[in-house]
Amino acid sequence: MIELINVKKVFNAGRPSEFTALGGISLNIEDRKVTVLKGPSGSGKTTLLCIIGCMSRPTAGRVRLDGREISGLPERFLTDIRRKGFGFIFQVPNLIRGMSVLENVMLPAYPLGEPHARLKERAIRGLNDFHVSTKATSKVEWLSGGEAQRVAIVRALINDPDVIIADEPTAHLDTHLSYLFMEIVENFKKEGKTVIIASHDPLVCESRIVDSVINMRDGRIEGESS
Amino acid sequence: MDYETQMRSPIERQRGIIDFTLSSLMRRKVKNVGLLCLYALIVFILASAIFFTSSIKKEASLILRGTPEIIVQKMAAGRHDLFPLRDMEAVKNVRGVAAVEGRLWGYYFDDRLGANYTLIVPPAARSSAEPSEARPLFWFNAAALEPGTIVIGEGVARVGKLSKGDSIAFTAYDGSTIDLKVADTLSSKSELVSSDLILIGEEDFRKLFDIGKDYATDITVEVKNPREIPTVASKITRVLPDTRPIVRDEILRTYDSIFNWRGGMMIVILSAAILAFVIFAWDKASGLSAEERQEIGILKAVGWETSDVILMKFWEGAIVSLTAYFAGVILAYVHVFLTGSLIFEPALKGWSVLYPHFSLTPFISAEQLITLFFLTVVPYTIATIVPTWRAAIIDPDAAMRQTGE
Ligand SMILES: Nc1ncnc2c1ncn2[C@@H]1O[C@H](COP(=O)(O)OP(=O)(O)O)[C@@H](O)[C@H]1O
Ligand SMILES: [Mg+2]
Repeated sequence: MIELINVKKVFNAGRPSEFTALGGISLNIEDRKVTVLKGPSGSGKTTLLCIIGCMSRPTAGRVRLDGREISGLPERFLTDIRRKGFGFIFQVPNLIRGMSVLENVMLPAYPLGEPHARLKERAIRGLNDFHVSTKATSKVEWLSGGEAQRVAIVRALINDPDVIIADEPTAHLDTHLSYLFMEIVENFKKEGKTVIIASHDPLVCESRIVDSVINMRDGRIEGESS
Repeated sequence: MDYETQMRSPIERQRGIIDFTLSSLMRRKVKNVGLLCLYALIVFILASAIFFTSSIKKEASLILRGTPEIIVQKMAAGRHDLFPLRDMEAVKNVRGVAAVEGRLWGYYFDDRLGANYTLIVPPAARSSAEPSEARPLFWFNAAALEPGTIVIGEGVARVGKLSKGDSIAFTAYDGSTIDLKVADTLSSKSELVSSDLILIGEEDFRKLFDIGKDYATDITVEVKNPREIPTVASKITRVLPDTRPIVRDEILRTYDSIFNWRGGMMIVILSAAILAFVIFAWDKASGLSAEERQEIGILKAVGWETSDVILMKFWEGAIVSLTAYFAGVILAYVHVFLTGSLIFEPALKGWSVLYPHFSLTPFISAEQLITLFFLTVVPYTIATIVPTWRAAIIDPDAAMRQTGE
């Protein structure tokens, strides 16, 4: 369970450009469920995802992960929690050009010091699960949009995280690929993973596999519906 | 969720990051190979200059060690004249003198080749290899030097295209021709000393220059205590007012001016190379490309720590500069000691016809290699890390905000 208690995020505090992106969010996200953060552009979805995923720290408020307070932890610990507990699917695949698909997938695991052979085996298995293993040795720039996203998903899963965070995952996909993505999310749920998606795509928000939709506007929650 | 920090093997972590660094370097093959070549070229020039300068200094000190402490010349109206051997007794009796020996030597100009030779009658006792510490500057097979034969230096052999069995026609003092057969060539520690040498038997030498049995070219004096050299020298002038003692320091000074000139050329080359390197490292330090920045953002977003990113850049700098370092050093070694500084040759030539192949004996010290290391590998590696530092401390959420390519 992820608990947010009155979380605020202020950018450029104290300067004329000061901007409150999150104005006090209190929210519980349940394990093994699919939660969608819905709201217009600029409503603070990405900011909130970053805080949940230990990528940045709130200006005020608390974040608890399975009952453990993480908002006050030093950066090193946050990184460690993040790379073992969270998998990120970004709006764009964010793959490193010039490197092979396989190497991109292994990227998050390099600093963890796992023996190379074992890591590689795991990466190939992951690519297999998402039907992109034939591309393992190709350079990422030769992939189609859908393939690139699946590779990015395999990468997000390489350290076997419990929580998957996806920011506008369907923004660059056509309808067919968007449905395929939701099937992947359904599988995550079946495997017992917690999924948090930021999106204003109706195809995502209205999907039957979504357990809860949180409506956001101007850095605040409008009202919960399920 | 398992939030307990698992112990990860530090060696495996290094290995993982080196793995990544290598494949990261591989993907910009052309750029990185170009960089490596440029870098290796600079190391090559620096190393060549350092090897050359210190080898030539080493040669100078070798020559010095082989030079007698005092040479006494007979003077006649300010001109160097033959030394009457009967005067040797007087020198021997000077307090502090250990040994006195007459020398027979002279320059000979071969107008057929336009080259100057130095003809020396080898002292009987020092004709071949002695115990290693006091090893002479050159050695040869003493038995080979019979009357009518000579032993020639490498330079003489090269210029005259001579080998064992050939002979050189010398023109004697009276215009007659004396043919001397080459019995052997010299081996030496330093070709600088032996290149233009011709060793000749005493009888042949006296015949060639018409020098009587009672005379020598000059004499060498060995002193018991090296600190007494100046005192002994001035005592000799008192006993024999018509002689001029030349002490080793003066000889060294003459050599020094020659070596310094060559060393000076090297310093010019050296400073040019250092300047090139500074510009090169500065360019590297001045920033990362947008692409590199974006990549660092991705690495941070997928869970790399700041220290992981810096470690990766450290390895990148270290791999490139170590490769360039070793390539440059090895090439410089080949260049200076095996090809005779082929590239520097234009600057080095012109000393004498006998030095068309200026080949130095290899002397390399750990000190030179360490100096070179600190001049190249260290600054380059630092220059790679510093700009990364700034990029690596960016928040990992920056990658979340990349919305298009
Ligand atoms: N680093 C930042 N500095 C200043 N303002 C920021 C920064 N990041 C985001 N913002 C602002 O915070 C607001 C919320 O942004 P974001 O969380 O990205 O919204 P969403 O993902 O819902 O579109 C936006 O108005 C954005 O301009
Ligand atoms: Mg957003």
